Amino acid sequence: MLSTYQETGSVLHGIRAGWKLLFLVVLGSALFWFERLDLIVVSLACVMMLYRLARFSLATLWDQVRPALLLLVIIFLAQIFLTSPEYAVLIVARFAALILAAALVTLTTPTSEMVAAIEACLKPVRRWVPIEKVSLALSLAIRFIPVIVSITHEVREAQRVRGLDRSLFAVAMPVIIRTLKMGDQIAEALDARSFENSGDGK
Amino acid sequence: MIELENVSVRFEGRRVLQDLNLALTEKRIGVIGLNGSGKSTFARLLNGLQLPTEGAVTVGGMDTAKSGKDVRRQVGFVFQNPENQIVYPIVREDLAFGLKNLGLAKADIPVQVERALERFRLQHLIDRRTHELSGGEKQMIALIGVAVMNPRLIVMDEPTTLLDLRNKRRLMQAVSDMEQSVVMITHDLDLLSAFDRVLCFHEGRLFDDGAPEAVIARYQQVCEEC
Ligand SMILES: Nc1ncnc2c1ncn2[C@@H]1O[C@H](COP(=O)(O)OP(=O)(O)OP(=O)(O)O)[C@@H](O)[C@H]1O
Ligand SMILES: [Mg+2]
Repeated sequence: MLSTYQETGSVLHGIRAGWKLLFLVVLGSALFWFERLDLIVVSLACVMMLYRLARFSLATLWDQVRPALLLLVIIFLAQIFLTSPEYAVLIVARFAALILAAALVTLTTPTSEMVAAIEACLKPVRRWVPIEKVSLALSLAIRFIPVIVSITHEVREAQRVRGLDRSLFAVAMPVIIRTLKMGDQIAEALDARSFENSGDGK
Repeated sequence: MIELENVSVRFEGRRVLQDLNLALTEKRIGVIGLNGSGKSTFARLLNGLQLPTEGAVTVGGMDTAKSGKDVRRQVGFVFQNPENQIVYPIVREDLAFGLKNLGLAKADIPVQVERALERFRLQHLIDRRTHELSGGEKQMIALIGVAVMNPRLIVMDEPTTLLDLRNKRRLMQAVSDMEQSVVMITHDLDLLSAFDRVLCFHEGRLFDDGAPEAVIARYQQVCEEC
């Protein structure tokens, strides 16, 4: 979701975001519905093949699993002890397939289209869900999470040039303060650009 | 169009602005003064982001304390820090945001967005991720995001701090082409030579007010003496 989009001009990039989300829901349900190793391994292989179809390198594929690797290993070991090696493989393959498929969707869909697709999904329940606000919230998250990451880098660098080495607390405090301040300023900026605050006009 | 009557602003008892009585009718108004003299606070008064502790600010007859929302539709505001006023991940979406809030028809928005970028000759930025823009590019996009909404007055708080020479010229060209009124805070005194009026603040008071040359000359003189 967080701006991992990579343009390669493949067929997959051209498919509407809504279909891809639907595919994800169907695949996810199927993976958890069928407790069959053969089916799950075939799905995993198919998802991997889709990466090739989307013209992504093996390195890109690997980058998607890597953050979850430790978790997968822990699950694998736990399942070996708790159930059977075969079931451990099934569980890990299932999660790997799901992670890879979800990552593939974000890699091939610009975030704006994703937000639009989610907005469209919410249309039927618009009476209960403030769609405009949900979509603004999603966009703000996509917009500002990288900013918070760079603030963290900046704070860490600023402390390092002044001779302070890693200390979680020393980094966390200024980051939190700056993030809160940022929140205030964003709220003001939304106000200044006439975003309707649930119509009560504070 | 904008009037301030006996306006003072206090933060936790400390006076940041005092006894301002002003009628702003000129199309190009510059605001100068030392750091901490109250310029940003003054600017924020003009669109009701800051309310006066005493006195009243009216915009086209509307009190900013009572009709903040309507005031903000007429008075656009470009903040000192561009980072936090760009709220969408892609330039095109961010520029569309204000137009959506104004209730424009969906079909008309893309045209307006493109036209606004063209006016500043920055069409090439339209599909860029806002997070990846340079500081100066962010500053320009923040400004365009306000200009595209076509308010009657645009208040700019130091809009050129991050700009290179070329973008600074483009910005000033765009400002002089604008039909709207502009209030611009700046430390870049050269930019104000063609303005109609310049206000100079010092320690929260209106220290000087008049034609650019005279006000700027006195400001420079005072700065040299202290
Ligand atoms: N929210 C606030 N709370 C407390 N004090 C504030 C607040 N905002 C501004 N001030 C104080 O008001 C004074 C004027 O600030 P202001 O930002 O208006 O100055 P400025 O003229 O814009 O300065 P600069 O040229 O540095 O931008 C400063 O002393 C500042 O510390
Ligand atoms: Mg200021």
